[in-house]
Amino acid sequence: MTDQTALQYTEEHEWVRQDGDTVTVGITDYAAEKLGDVVYVDLPAAGTAITAGSVVGEIESTKSVGELFAPVDGEVVEANQAVIDSPELVNSDPFGEGWLIKVTAASLPKLLSHDEYRALTGE
Amino acid sequence: MTDSGTTAPGTAEPATERRSPLDAVHRAAGASFTDFAGWQMPVRYSSDLAEHHAVRTHSGIFDLSHMGEIVLLGPGSAAALDHALAGRLSAIAIGQAKYSLLLAEDGGIIDDLVVYRTGEDRFMVVANAANAGMVAEELRARAAGFDTFVSDESDDIALIALQGPDARAVILETPGFGVDGPGNDAEDFDASLDALKYYRAFPATFEGEPVLVARTGYTGEDGFELYLAPDRAPRLWEALRETGGPRVTPCGLASRDTLRLEAGMPLYGHELSRDILPVQAGLGRVVALDKVGDFVGRAAVERGPAADAPVLVGLTAEGRRAPRAGYAVFDGEGDDAREVGEITSGALSPTLGHPVAMAFVAPDAAEPGRGLYVDVRGTRVAASVVTPPFYQRTK
Repeated sequence: MTDQTALQYTEEHEWVRQDGDTVTVGITDYAAEKLGDVVYVDLPAAGTAITAGSVVGEIESTKSVGELFAPVDGEVVEANQAVIDSPELVNSDPFGEGWLIKVTAASLPKLLSHDEYRALTGE
Repeated sequence: MTDSGTTAPGTAEPATERRSPLDAVHRAAGASFTDFAGWQMPVRYSSDLAEHHAVRTHSGIFDLSHMGEIVLLGPGSAAALDHALAGRLSAIAIGQAKYSLLLAEDGGIIDDLVVYRTGEDRFMVVANAANAGMVAEELRARAAGFDTFVSDESDDIALIALQGPDARAVILETPGFGVDGPGNDAEDFDASLDALKYYRAFPATFEGEPVLVARTGYTGEDGFELYLAPDRAPRLWEALRETGGPRVTPCGLASRDTLRLEAGMPLYGHELSRDILPVQAGLGRVVALDKVGDFVGRAAVERGPAADAPVLVGLTAEGRRAPRAGYAVFDGEGDDAREVGEITSGALSPTLGHPVAMAFVAPDAAEPGRGLYVDVRGTRVAASVVTPPFYQRTK
């Protein structure tokens, strides 16, 4: 069980977990719920350089398409193959097995705390 | 992440939205809501995929109380509808339903409708929520001079649909139904339901109050639509759920949309609009050009659309990336390809496992089997023209 209070968040409803210089990125339960059943994810391949704020992937549900924004500057080291194969993991375990990409990043921009994010979503 | 669909995260629900008589039931069930034509309606309860599959395998229960119901009463009702609508409604028998269109003078589609003849002199016209007010207004104007009274009863009629292979059995097992009239016992109700054919309806009661039981729907499955007073709707909803148990899944508008798309059924605002003549959408058969007398839109329909006017086709693709409404359709993969049309609806088909879509394309690109390409956010995805429906139930 992921401790959600230990994560940082973006206004685009993504979560970020920092372990040394590796950053794991996913979307929040709130975002997954709003999207509905995720049926397809398009994630950047390992080695891709990404810039904070740019669109680097897509998360498609039956009803709509969500864009994945890079929350940090860095280089993708891994896209979650389990989610590519089973996109429903984004709904069933958004903070755990439903993670999307791992990125090496020298530093993190200012992100939201858990409390700040929950205030944003009104939950 | 941002969401380019209709349910933008962080969007507060405006307090002025209209709410269904079943609103409290949906909230207690944990539904997610969406704005639909000014109504706050359930978009899903838990998973739209699970809800979709439930309708294909067992049954799903839908709240469609946002739909409009306009009633015509009087000896001139049939003649008024023959004049007002594209079909010959005077030809349908009491207890019969018919799909029809309200056309503008220029032949454009103002709304698509289901019309029930509930008596010799009484018809109920069911309109899309977004168009209900305009349909009532148009029917009133067009019925002037006929001996009929048009009333918009949308606020006084709720609608619950039970759709799927188990729907019939669940209704038969649910206590409280009777037929409307002398006798009025459960056995008569069961006999009436057993005899009820597709696109037929009969007046019944539920716990003593009137309910119109219709074998109609918008999912591609066998199913029923139950029209009744709003204050009775929660009780009927709960009774069907209690009786059906795991065979009855509450379903939101998200699954309703993928179900109707698989069944190849048009949705107003997507496949049908004021700018489309019926024949372009494959609905030429709905217009009764052989009926006696004039009707609104007749001259325009007889002239027909321009030779190069786009026509509605089905598209199927491989992979998992769905064409969606508004995406451009091309006749080739390269930069020199010609843009031949636009997607009106599309989804990764939950039943079939591949993308399906409907699109308006140029007539010379519309033949079944034709290979086309859809621009899916910058990537050309190969698709084949097919004739809907994409999915047909085995009877």
